[in-house]
Amino acid sequence: MKGYGIWVGRKVVRMLLLLVGVSIAAFVLVSVSPVDPLQTNVGQVALGSMSQEQIAKLEEYWGVGESPLKRYLSWAGDFVRGDMGVSLLYRQEVSHVIGVKLKNSLWLMAAAWVLSGVVGFILGIVAGWNQGRWPDKLIKGYSLLIASTPAFWLALVLLMVFAVWLGWLPVGLSVPIGVEASGVTLWDRVRHGILPALTLSITGVSNIALHTREKMIEVMESDYMLFARARGESVWAMVKNHVLRNISLPALTLQFGSISEIFGGSVLVEQIFSYPGLGQAAVTAGLGSDVPLLLGITIISAAIVFGGNLAANLLYGIIDPRIRRGAAKQ
Amino acid sequence: MKKSFLGWNGRKRTFVLFTLALVLLGVVTLWGQLGAEKALETDFSRKDLAPCLAYPFGTDWMGRDMFLRTLTGLSMSIRIGLLAAGVSALVAVVLGTAAATLGRRVDSVITWVIDLVMGIPHILLLILISYACGRGFRGVVTGVALTHWTSLARVMRGEVLQLKEAPYIQMAEKLGTKRLAIIRKHMLPHLFPQFLVGLILMFPHAILHEASITFLGFGLSPEQPAIGVILSESMKYLAMGKWWLALFPGLLLVLTVVLFDVAGESLRRLLDPGSAHV
Repeated sequence: MKGYGIWVGRKVVRMLLLLVGVSIAAFVLVSVSPVDPLQTNVGQVALGSMSQEQIAKLEEYWGVGESPLKRYLSWAGDFVRGDMGVSLLYRQEVSHVIGVKLKNSLWLMAAAWVLSGVVGFILGIVAGWNQGRWPDKLIKGYSLLIASTPAFWLALVLLMVFAVWLGWLPVGLSVPIGVEASGVTLWDRVRHGILPALTLSITGVSNIALHTREKMIEVMESDYMLFARARGESVWAMVKNHVLRNISLPALTLQFGSISEIFGGSVLVEQIFSYPGLGQAAVTAGLGSDVPLLLGITIISAAIVFGGNLAANLLYGIIDPRIRRGAAKQ
Repeated sequence: MKKSFLGWNGRKRTFVLFTLALVLLGVVTLWGQLGAEKALETDFSRKDLAPCLAYPFGTDWMGRDMFLRTLTGLSMSIRIGLLAAGVSALVAVVLGTAAATLGRRVDSVITWVIDLVMGIPHILLLILISYACGRGFRGVVTGVALTHWTSLARVMRGEVLQLKEAPYIQMAEKLGTKRLAIIRKHMLPHLFPQFLVGLILMFPHAILHEASITFLGFGLSPEQPAIGVILSESMKYLAMGKWWLALFPGLLLVLTVVLFDVAGESLRRLLDPGSAHV
């Protein structure tokens, strides 16, 4: 067990190093930007009518003219201590802005993540079981088509059908307009979340369904399945005893690895449904040159992605004893 | 045996499918290029027309022909996709082979960089790069070109690592064949098909990401007929019941992506010895 502990420790250290790398890369990218934050947010006309002192003050506020290394070190130092700076657009602590937005996004992404994972897994099993017959063709065709469909267009179509045409669901936002925060019911929140979560789930299904199908076909052709059939096991017994155990591990890894895609999809989907989540904040920050917020979101989302990968690794170790022993031997 | 269409065998059919996909894509690109001038034409006498024979995709609130606008936008997407896939494929091959051949230290550095790039959600990375380039057209092209190499690089690294252990390569080494000759005669013929298929299958991703990032408002200016811009404009008119502004351009985008997928998959089937004779 001690060897396993070291292996886990190594994985965690590697993840932290990757996070540092991400922060440096992101910082370099925003530093080389020729976008002048003053021009974007204050405007040429307003700048022209200002005195030198006012401009100097603003330049200090937006951090113009300091060396990048110095800025990185001071920023990173503050970041580690929990101070992510002040969002220039929202005029609040970045950590506060991210906290609020993340809460909105998180359940949206979690719902889509679980739903797409479960549905995709089941579809993959059904397709692989019926390899070559019509359920397989249908599921495969659907998955391939959805993989070619941009999430934002799908969101537009769903919006057209369910919100504009049928009028069943609200067009956007996460709560009704003109209702006090205390008057918002859970049902309101759910209603506003259905369409974005549905869009994300529909697009998320294809990848896992296709991969599970491949694995399933492999399992179906194995000797132990042939033997199970020869013994006359029922379908459910075969699925439970032989199929699930063999294909759930790769599916799990894949699903943990798809967090990055779900996040990317949520950026687009939130933009369309005007859902006030982390993705929308990222777009606002990118368009409005809100560097502290953009950096904060990058680090947080990368941390979530790496956390997902780490979780997959650890789960693998817990579920599959061979991997745990192999890791301990290294 | 089922009698197949026209009596063609599978290989012939796959080849025809491949050619057809490429021709269709070529037509879209050329048509969009040639109609670029007309796509910008505004004519208020024909604004807000629903799809009809003269304007199959309808017209928008400025009387622009949506069919031509969509084609022009797609043609630009395809060209950006070509450039992006070219650059990314090159980066992937260089880094992938370097990781596999230049020793453990180089390998771990390159693997680390791949993990790093893959760790930032793709859209977010595109936003960052677009911001670094000062937004605009250049930011979109650079972003899409520089972010698609990771998975192909991984594949290439794995392939080369596997090849290095293959008996026929080891034997060639023992026989004293020169390194370059081994790479040229024994490795490249094996790697090239993989590379080509990876390259073509990169287009769909590149095109979808280009559309996404322009949709979000990074890059191209509003009057340019890019597919992302068209769709993001259409969003404002959805509530007024102008469904055709969003539906048809999106469908054509999906069709383009599917065509690239078909081209890549059929090429893989033709080149891969395991399925070449089916």
